[in-house]
Amino acid sequence: MADPLLSLREVSKSFGGIQAVSSITFDVVAGESLGLVGPNGAGKTTLFNCVCGQLRPESGDIVFDGSPLIGLPTYKRARLGIGRTYQKVEVFTDMSVRNHLMVAERARRGEGRLWRDLLNLSKPTKDEIERVDATLELVGITKLADTSVNALGLGHCRLVELARALAAEPKILLADEPSSGLDLHETTEVAAVLRKVQRERGTAVLLVEHDLAMVAEVVDRTVVMDLGAMLCDGTFDEVMADPRVREAYLGQMGLA
Amino acid sequence: MEHFLGFALPGVPYGCTYALVAVCLVLTYQATGVFNFAFGAQAFASAFVFTWLTQYHNWSGWEAFLLSVVVLGPVMGWAFDRLLFRHIPNTNTTAKMVCSLALLVGIPSLLPVIFGPQNLDATTTIFPFFNPNVVYFTILGNPINGIYLATISVTVVVLILLTILLRYTSLGLQMRAAVESRRLVQLDGVNANGVVAIAWIVSSFMASLAGVILAPVIGAFNSTNFSTLTVTAIAAAAWAVLRSIPIAAGVAVLIGVATTVIGGYAPPNGFINADIVPALPFLFLVAALLFLPGMHDLDSSRDPLATIDPPPPPIAATSRAPSMDRIIRVLWWVVFAIFCVSMLTWMPDAWATVFNNGLTYSIVLLSITLITGMAGQLSLCQATLAGVGAFTAAQLANHLGLNLLVGGLVGAALAAAVAVVLALLSLRLKGLGLALMTLAAALLFDATFFNETSITGGPQGVSIQAKWLGTHVFFNFDGHAMFLLSLGVLIIAVVVVLLVRKGTVGRNLAAMRGSETATAGLGVNPSWQRIVVFALSGAIAGVGGLLHSLEQQVVNPNDWNATFSLVLVVLVVTTSVTTVEGAIQAGIGFFVTEQILTTILPARIGASSLTVVLFAFGALTYAQHPEGVLEFQKRKGTARFERLFFSRGSPAEDSPAEELAPVISTSNANG
Repeated sequence: MADPLLSLREVSKSFGGIQAVSSITFDVVAGESLGLVGPNGAGKTTLFNCVCGQLRPESGDIVFDGSPLIGLPTYKRARLGIGRTYQKVEVFTDMSVRNHLMVAERARRGEGRLWRDLLNLSKPTKDEIERVDATLELVGITKLADTSVNALGLGHCRLVELARALAAEPKILLADEPSSGLDLHETTEVAAVLRKVQRERGTAVLLVEHDLAMVAEVVDRTVVMDLGAMLCDGTFDEVMADPRVREAYLGQMGLA
Repeated sequence: MEHFLGFALPGVPYGCTYALVAVCLVLTYQATGVFNFAFGAQAFASAFVFTWLTQYHNWSGWEAFLLSVVVLGPVMGWAFDRLLFRHIPNTNTTAKMVCSLALLVGIPSLLPVIFGPQNLDATTTIFPFFNPNVVYFTILGNPINGIYLATISVTVVVLILLTILLRYTSLGLQMRAAVESRRLVQLDGVNANGVVAIAWIVSSFMASLAGVILAPVIGAFNSTNFSTLTVTAIAAAAWAVLRSIPIAAGVAVLIGVATTVIGGYAPPNGFINADIVPALPFLFLVAALLFLPGMHDLDSSRDPLATIDPPPPPIAATSRAPSMDRIIRVLWWVVFAIFCVSMLTWMPDAWATVFNNGLTYSIVLLSITLITGMAGQLSLCQATLAGVGAFTAAQLANHLGLNLLVGGLVGAALAAAVAVVLALLSLRLKGLGLALMTLAAALLFDATFFNETSITGGPQGVSIQAKWLGTHVFFNFDGHAMFLLSLGVLIIAVVVVLLVRKGTVGRNLAAMRGSETATAGLGVNPSWQRIVVFALSGAIAGVGGLLHSLEQQVVNPNDWNATFSLVLVVLVVTTSVTTVEGAIQAGIGFFVTEQILTTILPARIGASSLTVVLFAFGALTYAQHPEGVLEFQKRKGTARFERLFFSRGSPAEDSPAEELAPVISTSNANG
């Protein structure tokens, strides 16, 4: 098996007396698409927050592309190549869609020097504009490029978030319930974009999703969590056939 | 031990005065969701009316108490809720803070306008409960008089009643729920507006009660003393994370005792008594903000229905038709040319001074445009930074013979350095926490550096001498040099702000305003962006401070104290904090308004006070029009003009966005 791009070892996190994530261990290899599923409260988003640096795990190691992540601030993890979308949509109020991607484009290279702004050297370059336009086209929101996100619906905002994350050209994309609030057609489009990104750009995808049909369509492998612990790991069909997974989703009654 | 108690006991009544205000601040925050900076101003208003009635109109203590506390207090609270805060329950923390700051600035300025200048002596007022001239008993040789007894007993009673109200009554439960989400509480059948109105009435009554009781304890009767008292109470409330009434009261008493104990043990005329003891409450506040995690995320919106609010309107310049935009640009250039020619030819000296003052103030106000308009954070120490720049340049000229303008650059660098230290201390703070940190810094400077005669030259300030500016040919106070210098620096400052806004840093700051989490998640270092904008803002404020002092020909600490920082914020949010023209309009508008009022009004009304009142009333509209009153009027005027003279709508109406249902809003984003 290839060297893992993202490696989690015995990662645990608790809030007060509640064990939100308990000794989670799995790997994601470059270009792989991994689904992370489980009922509400399973600890999926908490695990994402531990990987991205919004939360600090109490124990365990997280290694990305050979670099240990524990102790690194969020922005440094992002610059290593970790991109993310959010369960509760996080867009930049008052900003146009194109500027959302421009922030990501510049941040990817760690740019933001004041002296360049003061010398008026910060205008978007032709290359930057082309890359941004390509990402807008990839996600299918070219016509919204100059629209303020204030005027967009939830579905489009999710696409903007996705495009913004992709504009940073991450090595791995952590997508947190990207289909939440989307209709069937939009969900299919998002799934197609994730597949395309994985195939064409070689971006690994770690997908948290309740829409199991979308998970089945996008992922190569699935990890199931319940109550902070990892239940099983395998192909989508394998894990869905596992009685522990059925019990986690449906309870004892469902098994009967 | 006896020695210690001898120092500690006199601190208890002072601690109780702080506690009385601190628990009321907690009550207001818990029950209304507003951090009421205006609490001191409310207390001052009632104390003012009480003292005025007893001292000049021979009302008895009880009659004056009934009118100034029982009637005026609740009426103020009802008015604040009904006319202001009821209309902005779902706005962000910055908007609510600006409104309470406007009240803090406006109320004390309104009183002399209504009553005329008064020379009130609070120590001679008739005390409603205990006789202040009677020593009831002594503890370890410390006399306990009526004022102390009244303060302690009222504080204890208020503490018990408020704790019962918030913790053990259904009204208290409804108040706490209404703060979380007024709309959700209404869905449960509770009259949330009524509940919050009661909270305002109770809190305002407490403020009035505190004012009347505390006036004799505070001594000198001015609004600054009441505001400083409020800040001391804020320190105690901060240690209670604005939640626990008993902790707030306990820490307040501790601050009072610590002040007298440290002051007692330290040499009477030494550095500790001169500088550390007055600054102690502010150090308590800084420590709370640094070390209590609860103070770092005060502004987290918890309203599940927050996303149903409509988005804020765009600024006028982005929504008008290109042809309209061209017309407005040409008109601005014409006005600018007429202004310059007038200043250089026929403008009378009095008005030239007014406009020069306006231009230099505009530079200081541009520093607020950077911090508040672009970074979305409220800094309450911009006047302090301006003072740092001005005093540095003056002292370098005075002691080292450095040209004042060259020293101004050093002053700007020092102001930037102070701002960077503040930014570093505030890395985890935003919204209310950052505002409190900057306010504490401003008050610390007032109590220490700006109180040091060797730096500031005492209350009269440092007079600027012509020789500090080089030869008469190079800089002539009587000619147009001041105008040209001010205009040149203002243009440079405007260009700097515009370049930053449209550059990468500006875009990153705009992103951070929307979601700091997501911005960091893209690879932007939010801490660095904040440090950069603070440094730049400090430098601009420092330069502006020097130029304004140069126009005044004196660097006076009273021009750059914490109160003026608040006034500056009120000025610029009234016009527009998001645009550079907003800062210029505020700067020039303030001095022009003051000059006009001075010309047409009798002296007893006080043109300066009335000008501040007018701008404070303007700032009260910030929550409903965060783009500023002038910007709001511009947008309305532009729309009306376009409807009349252009057949097409604004570009915004033609954009693809029109086809999309506006569903999402992050208008409740913090800060």
